[in-house]
Amino acid sequence: MIQANNISLNYGGVSALKDISFQVERGEIFGLIGPDGAGKTTLFRILTTLLLADSGTAIVDGLDVVRDYKVIRTRVGYMPGRFSLYQDLTVEENLSFFATVFGTTIEENYHLIKDIYQQIEPFKNRRAGKLSGGMKQKLALSCALIHKPAVLFLDEPTTGVDPVSRKEFWEMLKRLKLQGITILVSTPYMDEASLCDRIAFIQKGKILTIDPPEKIIADFPYKVFAVEADNNYKILKQLRQSESVRSVFSFGDSLHVVFKDVSKIEKEQINAELKEIAPTIEDCFMALANN
Amino acid sequence: MLRYLLEKEFKQIFRNAFISKVILVLPVVYMLIFPWVVNQEIKNLKLSIVDNDRSTFSERLIHKITASGYFHLFEYTASSADAIESVDAGKADIILEIPRDFEKDLYRSGQTNVMISANAVNGMKGGLGSVYLSGILNDFASELTAAQGIRTQSSIVEPQFKFNPTLDYKVFMIPAIFVMLLTLLTGFLPALNIVSEKEMGTTEQLNVTPMNKAIFILAKLIPYWIMGILILTITMGLAALLYGLIPGSFTTIYIYSIVYILAVSGLGIVISNYSDTMQQAMFVMFFLLLIIILLSGLFSPISSMPEWAQVITAFNPLTYFIIVMRAIYLKGSGMQELLPQFFVLCGFAVAFNVWAVLSYKKSR
Repeated sequence: MIQANNISLNYGGVSALKDISFQVERGEIFGLIGPDGAGKTTLFRILTTLLLADSGTAIVDGLDVVRDYKVIRTRVGYMPGRFSLYQDLTVEENLSFFATVFGTTIEENYHLIKDIYQQIEPFKNRRAGKLSGGMKQKLALSCALIHKPAVLFLDEPTTGVDPVSRKEFWEMLKRLKLQGITILVSTPYMDEASLCDRIAFIQKGKILTIDPPEKIIADFPYKVFAVEADNNYKILKQLRQSESVRSVFSFGDSLHVVFKDVSKIEKEQINAELKEIAPTIEDCFMALANN
Repeated sequence: MLRYLLEKEFKQIFRNAFISKVILVLPVVYMLIFPWVVNQEIKNLKLSIVDNDRSTFSERLIHKITASGYFHLFEYTASSADAIESVDAGKADIILEIPRDFEKDLYRSGQTNVMISANAVNGMKGGLGSVYLSGILNDFASELTAAQGIRTQSSIVEPQFKFNPTLDYKVFMIPAIFVMLLTLLTGFLPALNIVSEKEMGTTEQLNVTPMNKAIFILAKLIPYWIMGILILTITMGLAALLYGLIPGSFTTIYIYSIVYILAVSGLGIVISNYSDTMQQAMFVMFFLLLIIILLSGLFSPISSMPEWAQVITAFNPLTYFIIVMRAIYLKGSGMQELLPQFFVLCGFAVAFNVWAVLSYKKSR
């Protein structure tokens, strides 16, 4: 459904994307996971025909992004990272505007957006600029869906949205997937990665790995230990200097430690409880990003 | 599609309480205030008189000068040194020195010399003041000839002010105000609107739709074209009502205005293509606005500019439109007399719009 082949792009001498290749199947939720500035938005802009790559090709819904850009624009839905609807138009006016732009009507595709739009319909006469963050997100998704796109591009759709709305948002994506819509979604949140069918870790314009999240976790070669103590910072510093530690990062209230040699753990002087835990997606990303 | 987009644009304009009010208030304020304050007639010049004669004639002359309304008699001084001192102190603008035997000389030979010295720090004030004063002296001389039978030998220059016989500066400025209003409303406002959509991110969102970009731009321009013509009509009405100014031909004004609107809105799109943010666009516009107004002959005549500046004015669409508006209003000129300007303005319209299309393609 989406196919990127060796895409590279330089921005004023800095290489923003390096040899990016991946494939997204029909009806898949594919996640692009990476920190800010990794090149996620740039990649989205290339795939949605807004930007031309320096080299490489991309095919979306069987169409070349350069040659057939006009047709692609009728078949994809794009939700940019920043809220990009008319703040001075009402909810309903925005929706009918985008429906008209795509040559359709709200009624025609109402079934597609029903679940989402119903939640904001009580506020349909409110101006979009006056909506809360979560409601804005729902409106933006409705507008991106109103023309029944085959592929949906969502660039950091949950950034700046509260945890409840985030959860709801992902449930909506699951339902859209059931309707056969292919979804490419980017996020800086690692916890959202496990909700995707497959993910690509991206950092500094390079893809580090592409796999289903379960497989990435299963393939993680190291054991992860959690350290919980009153004085995390001191222990973090201590572990960072230790010879036998491969990596250590702080995760909320605890530290996640990976040792070079598990058998040598006993010799370490740690005045805290050490507990082996199942690795998370974030552990995997940190390990990959560090290599 | 275009109809729907226009509906959206109008909705947004009317919903923006600030913009919609400014659009209406701007022309009224311009028309009410501008012609009065942008006035280069000099009044109430402070006059210092050194009367060395103290005769009937000199008194009559002084009376005549103060009665003219241009001068305010600031002081009589005993010597020219005193008078110069008050000019130095900035208290007086102009000095009139009447020689000792003013009356006697006039009776005897009809010939005498009075001295006018003006403070030329403000060149305009000094220059005009001297001209006014010599005008009054000439008048005085001819009065003497008529009443007293004295044959004065002052060479009388009698300028005839054609088309604006009362030398009313307002008549000269008002047609130029229309030009400024149209430039702001149809050139700069739509450009700011386009850039604001860029800044809001809606342009990017629309780029991932099958919408035709040309129609999008057209939908942005048309509301301002309509408003521009509407405002022009209102201001012309105000000019007739407040200042009794009626142009030679309304049709000619509308024809030239439409061509001019096309030209400046093209320029506006060019600016919007090169700007990513409102701030950037605003700055470019302020910069341009000052230059095109100063180099258009709106305030100061082009013929008195240095040659290199005159060359620049030739590339300024404002220059031609101001000539046209003033000609229609003051001379009642028609299309035939103004054909060269018509072609030049058409040329600007084509050039700016081609540039707009090219720069848009490049920025993609």
